Amino acid sequence: MEIAVVDYKGGNVQSVLFALERLGASPVLTADPEVLRKADKVLFPGEGEASSAMEALRAAGLDLVLPTLTQPFLGICLGMQLLGEHSEENNTSMLGLLPFKVQRFVPDTHHKVPHMGWNNLQALQGPLFTGLTEADHVYFVHSYYAPVGAYTTAQASHPAPFSAAVQYHNFYGVQFHTEKSGAVGTRILSNFLAL
Amino acid sequence: MVKKRLIPCLDVRDGRTVKGIQFEGLRDAGDPVALAERYAREGADELVFLDITATNQRRQPLTELVRNVARVLDIPFTVGGGINTVADVESLLLSGADKVSINSAALARPAFIAELARRFGSQCVVVAVDARLVANEWQVMTRAGTVATGREAVAWCREAADLGAGELLLTSMSHDGTKSGFALDLTRAVSDAVAIPVIASGGAGQPADFTAVFEQGGADAALAASIFHFNETALPALKSYLHAAGIPIRQ
Repeated sequence: MEIAVVDYKGGNVQSVLFALERLGASPVLTADPEVLRKADKVLFPGEGEASSAMEALRAAGLDLVLPTLTQPFLGICLGMQLLGEHSEENNTSMLGLLPFKVQRFVPDTHHKVPHMGWNNLQALQGPLFTGLTEADHVYFVHSYYAPVGAYTTAQASHPAPFSAAVQYHNFYGVQFHTEKSGAVGTRILSNFLAL
Repeated sequence: MVKKRLIPCLDVRDGRTVKGIQFEGLRDAGDPVALAERYAREGADELVFLDITATNQRRQPLTELVRNVARVLDIPFTVGGGINTVADVESLLLSGADKVSINSAALARPAFIAELARRFGSQCVVVAVDARLVANEWQVMTRAGTVATGREAVAWCREAADLGAGELLLTSMSHDGTKSGFALDLTRAVSDAVAIPVIASGGAGQPADFTAVFEQGGADAALAASIFHFNETALPALKSYLHAAGIPIRQ
């Protein structure tokens, strides 16, 4: 199985590569549209800031390539947010595959921003979460979130519910870091590879 | 809801894990990669690696160790010690560190915090603050706790947060290594002053110390070293204790 990890010089991809290797996969890190089109699975890790990430994608021509992919695609963290239409983070237009607008958390005494740490998943749906329950925790680090909508396949709360995972056809997205979420994250990655 | 985090800290010198009493008189506690794996298995929520000799001896942080840790570890980890430049941070993140912790470099030039936040995102910028209680005031120390800065701790924490820090690692040097409990007043004052998460550090001795730092101190996470390294308090037992005490934690 060919597994491609999108290389757009915009995030920490090493942890995702190591996590895939721990599952016995041999991922390739690439920005080549042909390699991406031919892969069996495509992963899109993201960290950092939305407008810089979109600029990097545009510079590599990937803003036009990624939406045309037809194999299972997993956006992680900012990689999930980029699937939406727009982000409040520096008023950024995103890839527009899913109809959500990314917003900033508003902090209060008991809810710090970034939302950082382990939170439990709620209202799990779909094949990524096979074998998991609402007692399972995953690791989040983010200051912006996608609201809950028809596309939401898992929720978490901080304090209001937000999209912890989304799906549209072959495009999957998770706000948390599968590669840093212990055995639960490993199961989700493994479920994705089995799609 | 997001859970309170328990973070074993591995102080590293020459590739080995050590833990000092108030930063001096270091004891050897083992191989950092093996320790990291053990902690992850036992339920650590995150790990921190501090290269404690780096700042004084101007040695570059241990990117090779970071890579070896990242290869096996499936929980987040932070690396600190001797980080002075954007290039230092980039090489650690590219090696697989999730966050970097900066201390002396931020005090020498606070704009460094903003530069890192803009370049890599606040989520990976931890500002470590070493504070010592002197004449009833919490003073910020620099260069591995050896030099006073003249800054007051809560004000510096607020400034660091405003500049774009994603998290604070707040160590009471007056409590570090004493096992007499965390600095609850300092932790509460900082936690109330900033909107970003605060990791309390220094003084963990008993399970009840953790309950206190989460409830009275308002900490989002608690860091400890010696009680974990020397098997004085096992992580699973501590988590069960905190759960029974009504602290929201991941089990």
